[in-house]
Amino acid sequence: MDLSYVRRRWTNRAMAVLTFLCTVVVLAPLFFILFFLARTGLSALNLDFFTHLPGPAGEPGGGMANAIVGTLVLVGLAALLGVPVGVLGGMFLAEFPGSRLGHAVRLFADVMNGMPSIVMGLFAYTLLVLPLRHFSALAGGVALGVMLIPTVMRTTEEIVRLVPQSLREASLALGIPQWKTLLWIVLPAAAAGIVTGVMVGLARIAGETAPLLFTAFGNRFWNWDLLQPIAALPLQIFAYAISPFDDWHRQAWAGALVLVAIVLAINVAARYFAGRQARLR
Amino acid sequence: MSTSPRAASGAGDLLFQRLLAAAAGSVLVIVGAMLLALTVSAWPAIRRFGLAFFATSTWDPVAGQFGALPFVYGTVVSSIIALALAIPLGLGVAIFLSELTPRGLRAPIGFLVELLAAIPSVVYGLWGIFVLVPWVRASLAPSLKALFGFLPLFEGPPLGVGMLTAGLILAIMVVPFIVAVSTAVMRAVPQSQREAALSLGATTWETTRTAVLPYARSGIMGAVFLALARALGETMAVTMLIGNVPQIKASLFAPAYTIAAVIANEFAEATEDLYLAALIYAGLVLFLVTVVVNVLARILVARAAKGPSLIRE
Repeated sequence: MDLSYVRRRWTNRAMAVLTFLCTVVVLAPLFFILFFLARTGLSALNLDFFTHLPGPAGEPGGGMANAIVGTLVLVGLAALLGVPVGVLGGMFLAEFPGSRLGHAVRLFADVMNGMPSIVMGLFAYTLLVLPLRHFSALAGGVALGVMLIPTVMRTTEEIVRLVPQSLREASLALGIPQWKTLLWIVLPAAAAGIVTGVMVGLARIAGETAPLLFTAFGNRFWNWDLLQPIAALPLQIFAYAISPFDDWHRQAWAGALVLVAIVLAINVAARYFAGRQARLR
Repeated sequence: MSTSPRAASGAGDLLFQRLLAAAAGSVLVIVGAMLLALTVSAWPAIRRFGLAFFATSTWDPVAGQFGALPFVYGTVVSSIIALALAIPLGLGVAIFLSELTPRGLRAPIGFLVELLAAIPSVVYGLWGIFVLVPWVRASLAPSLKALFGFLPLFEGPPLGVGMLTAGLILAIMVVPFIVAVSTAVMRAVPQSQREAALSLGATTWETTRTAVLPYARSGIMGAVFLALARALGETMAVTMLIGNVPQIKASLFAPAYTIAAVIANEFAEATEDLYLAALIYAGLVLFLVTVVVNVLARILVARAAKGPSLIRE
C-alpha cells in the first residue's frame, strides 16, 4: 500500500483520539467539582444549616438560613426588574425584527451578557448605594436585575419568533388590535418557553457574588428591610471559604452544594422541558 | 407584522409599540448610564492621574498614590494563560462535537459542557482553594520546575496560589464559551464544503482542516474574543486563587493581582474619595475593554455566518 496513504490514515486516527482526549480533559473538572461538592458538602449538611443563623466566629455550629432567604429575596427583586423589561423588550425584537433600534439593542444586549459582573456591582453602587449612603438589598437586587434583562430579552425574542404567524393573522383578521393580539394570543403561546428561559437566567444570577460585594454587602443576621444590607448564599460561601476556620470551610462546601444543586436542577429541568417542546412541535 | 402602525389600529397599538420599544431601548440606556455613572465617579482619579494611572505601580491608599500597572499586568497575563490552555482544548472539543461525535452523543456532551458554564464562579473559587491549590503546590508546580526550572517563568517557591493557578481556573471557566460558539459555527458550515473535500479523497481530519476550519475561522476568532472578555472580567475565582499581591514578577508561581480582584477586595473598605475614584477608574477601563472585545466578537461571529472572505469577495 502507498506509504503516504497509511500516514494520512494514522494522522486521521490520531486527531480523532486527540479531540476525544480534549473532551475528556475539559469535562474532567466538572466531575471533580461535583465529586468534591458531594463528598465534603454532604457531610456538612444538616438541618441546622437550613434553619440557623451563622454562629459566632470560630465556634462550630450555626447555619445559613438567612443567606438562603436573602438570596431568594435578591433574586425576587431582580426578577421584578428584569423579567417585565426583558419580556417586553424581547417581544419588540421579535415583532419588529428589521428596525434599527432592534439591531442596536441586539448587539448591546449581547455585549451586556458578556460584561464582567463586578462592573454591574459598581454601576448599582454609584446608582443606589452612594445616594442612599447605605449598602442595601435593593442595590443588590438592581445589580442582579440589570444582569437579567439581556438574558431574558434574547430568550424571549427567540421563543416569540417561533409562534406561528398564522396565529397573529387569525387574531388580527378578527379585528383584535395588535396590542391585544400580542398580549393575549402571542405571549401565552410563548409562555412556557419564556418561563424556562427566565428560570435559567435566575439560576445564573442566583450564583453571582461579585455584583453583591458592595451592594447587598452581606449580613450575619435576619433582615427584612430592603434598604439595609442583606445576606446572600454566594457571599456567605466566599466569606467562609477565605476564613481561617475549619468548620466554616465545611459550611462553605455545604453552601456551595446547595447552590450548585439548585442551579443544576434548574438547568436540567429547562433542558427537559425544552426537549419536550421541540418534540411537540 | 408591519413596522409602521396604521392610524386605524388606534392609540392602544401605538402606545403598546412605544412601551415595547422603550423596554428594548432600556438596554442602550443602561449601557449609556453605566458609561456616564462610572466616568463621573472616577473623575477625581482620571483628573489626578490621567493615563499615567496605567503606567505606574505604586498602590498606596494611605499616601493617596494609585498606579494600576500591576493589576493590568495580572489581568492580561492570567487571561493569556487561560486562553493558551482553553483555545486548543476548546477547539479539540468543538471538532469532536461537530465532526466526529455520533448524533446521539452530541447533545449530552454539549449539555455537560454547558453545565461547566453554569457552575457559579464562587464555587470554582472554593474548589480551587481546597483542591486545585494543594495540587498545584504538591504536583504540578514541582514537575514544571523539574522540567523547565531553567526558565524565569517557573522560578521561586510554588505557593499554590498565584498567576498559574488563576490561569488554570480561568481556562476551565472560559472553555465552555469557546466550545459552544465554535461548535455552532462549525455546524453551520455547509455540508457541500465537506462533501467536496471528501469526494476528493480527503480523510475526516483533512476535511476538517481544509474545508471546515477555514470556513469557520472568523467565528472561531469570535469565540476566542468572547472567552477573552470573560477571562478579563472574571472576579471571584481569580480573587480567591491569584494571591492578591500587586507585583509584577516573571514567575508564574508568584502571587499577582487583577483589576477585578482589587475592586472586589478593596472597594467596600475604600473610604477616601480618591481611593474610591481610583477603583472605579480601574473598573471603567475594564468596562470599556470588555465592551470593545465583545463587540469585536459579535462582528466576527456574524461574519462567520456569511462564510469565509475568500468566497464572499
